[in-house]
Amino acid sequence: MKYLCLIYENEKNWETMPQSDAEAIMNEYFAFTEDIRKNGKYVAGEALQPTPTATTVRVRNGKISTTDGPFVETKEQLGGFYLIDAKDLNDAIQVAARIPSARLGSIEVRPVVDFSAEAAKREEAAGARA
Amino acid sequence: MLGLLLDSRLVTRDSLLVTPDTIEQIFRTDSRRVLATLIRLLGDFDLAEEAVQEAFSAAVERWPQDGVPRNPRAWLVSTGRFKAIDSLRRRARFDASLRPLADQLGDGITQPDEIEEEGVPDDRLRLIFTCCHPALPPDAQVALTLREVCGLTTEEIARAFLAPAPTLAQRIVRAKAKIKAANIPYQVPARTDLPERLASVLQVIYLVFNEGYSASSGASLTRHDLSVEAIRLGRLLVELLPEPEAMGLLALMLLHESRRETRTSPEGELVLLDQQDRTRWNSELIGEGEALVERSMRSRQFGPFTLQAAIAAVHAEAASPDTTDWTEIVGLYDVLLRADPSPVVELNRAAAVAMRDGPAAGLRLIDDILARGELRDYQLAHAARAELCRRLGRAADSIESYQRALGLTRQEPQRRFIERRLRELGQP
Repeated sequence: MKYLCLIYENEKNWETMPQSDAEAIMNEYFAFTEDIRKNGKYVAGEALQPTPTATTVRVRNGKISTTDGPFVETKEQLGGFYLIDAKDLNDAIQVAARIPSARLGSIEVRPVVDFSAEAAKREEAAGARA
Repeated sequence: MLGLLLDSRLVTRDSLLVTPDTIEQIFRTDSRRVLATLIRLLGDFDLAEEAVQEAFSAAVERWPQDGVPRNPRAWLVSTGRFKAIDSLRRRARFDASLRPLADQLGDGITQPDEIEEEGVPDDRLRLIFTCCHPALPPDAQVALTLREVCGLTTEEIARAFLAPAPTLAQRIVRAKAKIKAANIPYQVPARTDLPERLASVLQVIYLVFNEGYSASSGASLTRHDLSVEAIRLGRLLVELLPEPEAMGLLALMLLHESRRETRTSPEGELVLLDQQDRTRWNSELIGEGEALVERSMRSRQFGPFTLQAAIAAVHAEAASPDTTDWTEIVGLYDVLLRADPSPVVELNRAAAVAMRDGPAAGLRLIDDILARGELRDYQLAHAARAELCRRLGRAADSIESYQRALGLTRQEPQRRFIERRLRELGQP
């Protein structure tokens, strides 16, 4: 089952942190990513540019409206994510707890919706019509 | 598939004695275990609950003719499972999305050893850990445990928690939906996660106990049942997983429960520990509690629940309030404070110091705690201060603190107790 691990932390931390600390955390991230790649739990993962680079898009009355910044201003910001393949929630919690930022910020673990049953149903319906 | 059903349908010689009472008796003792196993086999709470109902309906039909099977629980599990798969297959004819599940469960049925219980952790233990999973909101953990593990109805839980039944029902439905959507596993946690996960189970049980214990008058009858349920859960947990803190919690509940009768007067008034008739304390519960405290202490892996139980045990051992070993109690509070620092524990320690060294020493500690502000709105802190001031003859300070406590209390007997004290101090 797939889980998305959303990494929330105060992005200001990274600006004020000594260079050597930031490097140590980055090394941990590389080691962690390598490890979950090896044990087959890694599906995808990316780090995000900080929130000043964010743009929020909405369509209202058919018109695109674009605003500067993230959808909500919060103390901790979404800084990156891992998409993992875990046995169950307990397994996913164990993986999430090893993300280095779990010690600095927090990780939101969200199960990914599995549409395969729905897809099978649609296929069958399409088959019946044909 | 049929072979399995026939195997477990071995008839006993007492077949003529099967009455609705026999089946009801088996329902009472075994339905929760049957449910727990069916949840594991079917992977779905609602499907399993339906299956339990179906299995018992089948028993009502068949046992009076065929006799009670040698292993009724295994019969009920395999019948329930068969019925659930049958109904899933029927539904799958109209809903293709159910087909993979129906096939998967149907395949599994060729492995009867799954139903065997030897060597496998009791399914009720898995159920407890699933219902008390920290990924579920705490109030949902409580409701789900009482519903699924204890078998209370939603209406009973709602009545006991003085909450509307639809609210409770919704809480349970949402919790089940999250278990499914997030794939919360049905398993006893690994050794490494056990301390954290067990803590969450113990918290749920203690919450249920306190909900029943601190309540009084009015709806007291139904609420007392909550303490009984909590103790039953505690016993089950110790039986299935004899961890020191599980023993500590059970001991704590038993030692509190031993004093229940004496905590209120026949008129429903609150009776404090030093005024209680100790000859009426339940010595059987005390003995059982003390033995558990000792077992847990010997493990040297004990924690806050065991320490609180040890304190309750010291009280239980004293024949009268003045023969209480307050030095021992203060010492235990010191250890408890190191294990689990909290201002409430500090307050209790201060009350024990007042008994050991006199009210002035206790009052100094309580004033320090109150000055820090965390317990400013905690009714018992003001009541304790008022009591010590009263003993010191400082009537005005005592009245002031009792009035603060009165403004914060929400329990009727407690309110009446404080009002009585205020009258004794010459307040109208």
